[in-house]
Amino acid sequence: MAGAALEVVRAGALTTVQDLGRPGYAHLGVPRSGALDAGALGLANRLLGNPAGAAALETTLDGVGLRARVPVTVAVTGAPCAVRVSGRPAAWGAPVWLPAGAELEVGRAESGVRSYVAVRGGFAVPPVLGSRSTDLLSGLGPAVLVAGVVLPVGPAGADPVRGADVPRAPAPPGARAGLVLPLRPGPRADWFEPASLAALWRAEFRVSPASNRVGLRTEAGPRLVRGRGGELPSEGMVLGAVQVPPDGLPVVFLADHPVTGGYPVVGVVPPGPALDAAAQARPGVPVRFVRAR
Amino acid sequence: MRPLVVGGEALLIEVGSAQQVAALHAELLRRRDAGELGAVREVVPAARTVLLDGVREPRALAERIARWEVPPLAETEGPLVTVPVRYDGPDLAEVARAWGVARREVAGIVGDTVFRVAFCGFAPGFGYLTGLPERFHLPRRATPRTVVPAGSLALAGEYAGVYPRSSPGGWQLVGTADAVLWDPGREPAALFAPGVRVRFEEAS
Repeated sequence: MAGAALEVVRAGALTTVQDLGRPGYAHLGVPRSGALDAGALGLANRLLGNPAGAAALETTLDGVGLRARVPVTVAVTGAPCAVRVSGRPAAWGAPVWLPAGAELEVGRAESGVRSYVAVRGGFAVPPVLGSRSTDLLSGLGPAVLVAGVVLPVGPAGADPVRGADVPRAPAPPGARAGLVLPLRPGPRADWFEPASLAALWRAEFRVSPASNRVGLRTEAGPRLVRGRGGELPSEGMVLGAVQVPPDGLPVVFLADHPVTGGYPVVGVVPPGPALDAAAQARPGVPVRFVRAR
Repeated sequence: MRPLVVGGEALLIEVGSAQQVAALHAELLRRRDAGELGAVREVVPAARTVLLDGVREPRALAERIARWEVPPLAETEGPLVTVPVRYDGPDLAEVARAWGVARREVAGIVGDTVFRVAFCGFAPGFGYLTGLPERFHLPRRATPRTVVPAGSLALAGEYAGVYPRSSPGGWQLVGTADAVLWDPGREPAALFAPGVRVRFEEAS
């Protein structure tokens, strides 16, 4: 008997399977990976009564199209977008029932970058090291989606589908709102000129179009100047680490970040809503850093 | 030993040498397994540091660790893996010349060394192996190769390594190993995990 499944009709620019990632293997050179906007993944799974770690799809800017082979319930969260079921408008941020054969069209992001498409029961692609996440840095996990791929769906859990009682996440930052990232200085803040470091708190950068799942790159801001010569031997990196390469423009490490790096980390953005917002910031959005308490 | 707080839930412990990293890493694993560190998500050794990620109250832990006496690591501590190697690398002649030995002597110099996996990085299962005497340390190639075949035994600086899969790379290639360095379906997935000792034996 064929199990429940969804077929990819339109893959979108970059759609991957993501869950909470594979922490615990950094010492073997394995990035944590996982959903970039972890809050949006969590919301989608709560809406459907899924466990927090159920795997969903992460789209990039232009959504995804899927066809249900059997009746399933889905939810779309993250970047707001039009949701259609076989051409009819359906709800974003709420459970949506798809009859067998129905097509789910997740549209272009109206703001933000990444929408999440969860299904009740979760996408049941084979896990690698305990996770179904696609890791674009090291190539672990399922391949980036292409049209025609059939994604198996797991069995639903005991929790019921939930609805409007699940609180919504705030909208992603728009072009004007800007991204404000709390930053805890260290461990290598002392590698920078004190004046340059002080200027960081007044600086405004912009999100660079070179940003990806590895990191949010910045451009157009003042360059952080090193106060010492020499090279930093490679050291372990954490999620949210703000690494400063020789060009002086900060890079905020996101889920697919390398486990070690050789550029000094000026500070760390604590994981949570601020990093989720970083994952939704489009190129050109202004970025500022404020001192984390 | 200098512990540095990293964000709200991590600690980077800096020491002076690769040997001290190996000793500290072993000590951290011993204390973690004995339940002395509390919850720790990751213990990540690197060139001169060990990162503890996913810890509660890193500042308090830093104060405790700063008072530790870390015993030096016995040379025989850690599992030993023997890896057969064919000395057929494209940089073998150049490495021999740099070392001032004949080509056929490279296998003996590498084979006489008991390496230790200092840390992993660059790619899953790529171990940075220390242990080669300093007089045999070599610079990277001036121009990196766009493709280094999987299984290449390579040298650069204080490190040796075997590429778990084909990738770009700038290290000096001296040989080829058939061992499976990385298999996510195996436990442990990496043959060269930090702390493992490695001997390269000339394949007949």
